[in-house]
Amino acid sequence: MALRIVAETARILGASRLIAIASAHIDGCLYHGDSGTEFAEKLVAGGGKVAVPSTLNVGALDLIHPKRVHADRHRYDMALRMMRAYEALGCRPTWTCAPYQAGHRPELGEQVAWGESNAVAFVNSVLGARSNRYGDFLDIAAAIAGRAPYAGLHLAENRRARVVLETSALSAALKASDAFYPVLGTLLGREVGSTVAAIVGLPAGVSEDRLKALGAAAASTGAVGLFHVVGTTPEAPTLAAALGELPPERIIRVTAQMLRQARDSLSTAEGERIDAIALGSPHFSLEEFAELERLAAGRRFALPFYVCSGRGVLKALETEGRLAALERQGVIAVADTCVVVTPILPAGGGVLMTNSGKFAHYTPGNTGWQVVYGSLADCVATALSGRLERDERLWQ
Amino acid sequence: MAVATRALVAKVVIDGRAEGRVLRLGAPISFWGGIDPQTGIVIDARHPDRGRSIAGRVLCLPGMIGSSSASAVMLELLRQHLAPAALVLGETDAILALGVVVGRELGYPAIPILELAPAEQETLPQEVLVRIREGGVIEVA
Repeated sequence: MALRIVAETARILGASRLIAIASAHIDGCLYHGDSGTEFAEKLVAGGGKVAVPSTLNVGALDLIHPKRVHADRHRYDMALRMMRAYEALGCRPTWTCAPYQAGHRPELGEQVAWGESNAVAFVNSVLGARSNRYGDFLDIAAAIAGRAPYAGLHLAENRRARVVLETSALSAALKASDAFYPVLGTLLGREVGSTVAAIVGLPAGVSEDRLKALGAAAASTGAVGLFHVVGTTPEAPTLAAALGELPPERIIRVTAQMLRQARDSLSTAEGERIDAIALGSPHFSLEEFAELERLAAGRRFALPFYVCSGRGVLKALETEGRLAALERQGVIAVADTCVVVTPILPAGGGVLMTNSGKFAHYTPGNTGWQVVYGSLADCVATALSGRLERDERLWQ
Repeated sequence: MAVATRALVAKVVIDGRAEGRVLRLGAPISFWGGIDPQTGIVIDARHPDRGRSIAGRVLCLPGMIGSSSASAVMLELLRQHLAPAALVLGETDAILALGVVVGRELGYPAIPILELAPAEQETLPQEVLVRIREGGVIEVA
């Protein structure tokens, strides 16, 4: 069955052949209904085993803190059966949308099959490995077959930028702020759809966490599987290299006004009321936890404060005693899943504040909550005071 | 059905027959986070077609965005008999087609998927009844 699915997708994509892959990241383990469980259990019943190292994306349950998720019996049982089936297929139970923070880091140029839109953008753009945008089911089918359709971003000629996103008109202060990157990603996804873009005008050496946030937002508002940041990402030492020595088809000159509009589009609520904070889409890294600790400085939060992360990162925090300290301040750690893919937030709705472009994009539809976007510092200040605090100076 | 007044020929992604009324979405959508797999209704809060049902429609999509879990939402819609009657995509995209490919493996009902440029999609009026035949033929009533 796995090979049939890979072959049929190759036909649809017009791929001339299959290629061997070195690893996979499997997004199919999140429960959306009984069909996904049926599929995974059918693979297990057929004796399926992954042929390459494969990590698992988030599931619909927090296996570390089972009471976090409000699921009825049926949903709980089916989501758990699904997660167990993927383990039985030989996948590593990483349960994170940021496998690159759990030691799964393919080499530059390596062919891989990754699912989860933010992870695809990261593995292609930041690590320079080569993955197409894998949909659920094809990722596990390719992992079992050890092969994938040779199409799309697996081919060098499809990886060159066709569009340039020019950011030199924006202030250095904005580019030094963490809140800038998800907003730029939101704008990028909306402008380019699935086209590969090269971003110019950013300071050299943009951090991984910022690139992760940019890519996750771009893969939410668009179908961005690869972007280049000139001077930072591995396939873009120069603009000419990113463009494959060809002229761009289009140049988008980003203005402060365009950026403000993109930022405003991330919020759906007005007024000062905030009912909870959620961070960690993609899953929070150790570096982001360190910044949270610095900003919160041991003070207690007045609002529920959810931080979603991988079990590996939480374990590292726990052994250093840092997790217990954060929990005393009011942090509610969510492992293996997140507040936007499964019911964790209190039913009945409210206003959620986040520093994640991806959370801001999906929260209203998936949870029924309204959303307000702000920087990490804004989120911490709001959690301390209990009402909206946003530093507007950067965006003027 | 009366004799077709005109027919378009689209590229076949997944062949098949279908009949239904056209729903052309006003903006690209991510099926995951955009369509509720338990009801078939558009839930993306910022989408112009929010609140509409895609079940049983010949659904025309200008472009695909967002989550790689769209295939899982498509599969669940097929299982629940809430899927569109057919999909007409503006560009090559395997993610939704995967839901249909896997659905066939599980014995769920299959639907045709065609590819038609967004400009040509716009020649199909909203709500008009169309019949899709093998080979990518779209007959407009």
